[in-house]
Amino acid sequence: MSDQHTPHIQLAEESIQKQTTTLNLGPTHPATHGIFENVLEIDGEKVLSATQRLGYIHRAFEKIAEHRPYGQIQPLTDRLNYCSAPINNIGWQLTVEKLLGLTMPKRVDYLRVILMELARIADHLVCNSVVAVDTGALTPFTYVFQIRERIYEIYESICGARLTTNIGRIGGFERNFTKDSWKKIDEFMVVFPKALKEFESLLNRNRIFMDRCIGAGSISAERALNYGFTGPNLRAAGVDYDVRVHSPYCSYEDFEFEIPVGTNGDVYDRFMVRNAEMWQSYSIIQQALTKLKDLDPSIYHADVPAYYLPEKKEVYTKMEALIYHFKIVMGEIDIKAGEVYFPVEGANGELGFYLISDGGRAPFRLHFRRPCFVYYQAYPEMITNGLLSDAVIALSSLNVIAGELDA
Amino acid sequence: MTNEYIQQILSDKFGTAVWGFEESFGIFSCNIKPEMNTAVLQFLNEEGSLGFRFLTDLTAVHYPDRKAEEICVVYHLHNLVANKRMRVRASVSIAQPDIVTMTNLYSSANWMERETYDFFGVNFIGHPNLIRILNADEMNYFPMRKEYPMEDPTRTDKDDEMFGR
Repeated sequence: MSDQHTPHIQLAEESIQKQTTTLNLGPTHPATHGIFENVLEIDGEKVLSATQRLGYIHRAFEKIAEHRPYGQIQPLTDRLNYCSAPINNIGWQLTVEKLLGLTMPKRVDYLRVILMELARIADHLVCNSVVAVDTGALTPFTYVFQIRERIYEIYESICGARLTTNIGRIGGFERNFTKDSWKKIDEFMVVFPKALKEFESLLNRNRIFMDRCIGAGSISAERALNYGFTGPNLRAAGVDYDVRVHSPYCSYEDFEFEIPVGTNGDVYDRFMVRNAEMWQSYSIIQQALTKLKDLDPSIYHADVPAYYLPEKKEVYTKMEALIYHFKIVMGEIDIKAGEVYFPVEGANGELGFYLISDGGRAPFRLHFRRPCFVYYQAYPEMITNGLLSDAVIALSSLNVIAGELDA
Repeated sequence: MTNEYIQQILSDKFGTAVWGFEESFGIFSCNIKPEMNTAVLQFLNEEGSLGFRFLTDLTAVHYPDRKAEEICVVYHLHNLVANKRMRVRASVSIAQPDIVTMTNLYSSANWMERETYDFFGVNFIGHPNLIRILNADEMNYFPMRKEYPMEDPTRTDKDDEMFGR
């Protein structure tokens, strides 16, 4: 046995000599709220450089999608931005419907709009309350998570799932909204304004919160556009680009709403834009509920038997229903060849589906344009020469979702 | 800005280096020679009457049947002011998949090109940091190319004849 003590960790000489500190922010760090890594070089509290590493939860969805019938790809989209899964699901349905040339009844469009706006509210609530947590205000987070829970209960009563919803189908919804779902939506419409008002009154003009957020992690409109920013992060920098307005889908053209914009593109502007967007989403849901009153409440899917699964009792009694059921389940439906790019306004920005079909049962190629993946590369530029604490809130205000980052 | 106008101005400027103009599912698209990608995209960006200044998406598609142009690099551009989208394709051969990087024009191209390299092996000449982004560094193949099976090819317990693609 040797007396000499050998250290377990051996550092390179230049690592001991250098005057700066290397800090691993991630992959499993409370500040990242997801599995991705930032290696920061810091001098005291000042960030000198940042190197990002991702791919920790890469699941090869694009490859898997080339081997699945169209209906079975939808559960993959749940796992992109899992904070607002219904937007991904409905985006995928709309992409396939565009390829197939299907048009939906107005009622289906409005039901989808309600779900997408609920999902947007849930996503923004998570993002904004986590910004507050990272600035040290834990309480608002616990308040708004009760509201998010209500939204998850609405999903649950519509489709049975909460997080990875797989809600709706190509051609409409798998079943009509139940009485219970409508009751939950109505309750939500009553409690939500109060809760959001409370949340805003706790933070919007809070001196400590404002001092922490204003000027932190800012980006100019020009740089944001060059970096491919979309969604609330781009709008916070002052560019009023919103897919719902620029290329309306799912009857968004029937609704009256505003696009909130910021000026500085900093954490505070992103926070304020998301809050304002939640009010707009609330108003869209209200309008949709009013419009639904004039429509036949029994319609919840389009009349497209070749693409939409028939009801089970018909499968057992009707020949055509049995044939369609078999063809859809076995992935033998007729799909046109074509090349479609379909963007929807995800909670984080433009979520695009680039689908190439060669007429086969599975896509020839499917690419997801994930907003997080595109804008997260601007992060080092946003935090360099700032403080470490600013880097943490800049990250949470960008709302980087690991599932969407890695696909 | 009409499709005819874009076609006209591109043909006047680049002649036969740009071809295959078509509109499908609402997006106007064209093919370009891969060595012209910087010139064409820069022109689309800087020409005042076109103004495609936003790079929405950059990816690739592998067509094993197209001889000498198996890998198709696809750019989705957007003119946010006129609200016009456009798709530009540049095909390279799988034996030598070289194309010049667009990172000088678009900062957003950095990771999108790394992803395209990672999955298709497209060599973006001049890219500042062309390394894998989502897959493991030690991987020695490009998984989105069609010849790579999704699952371990040595498996014998699964029969894909009925349920596979």
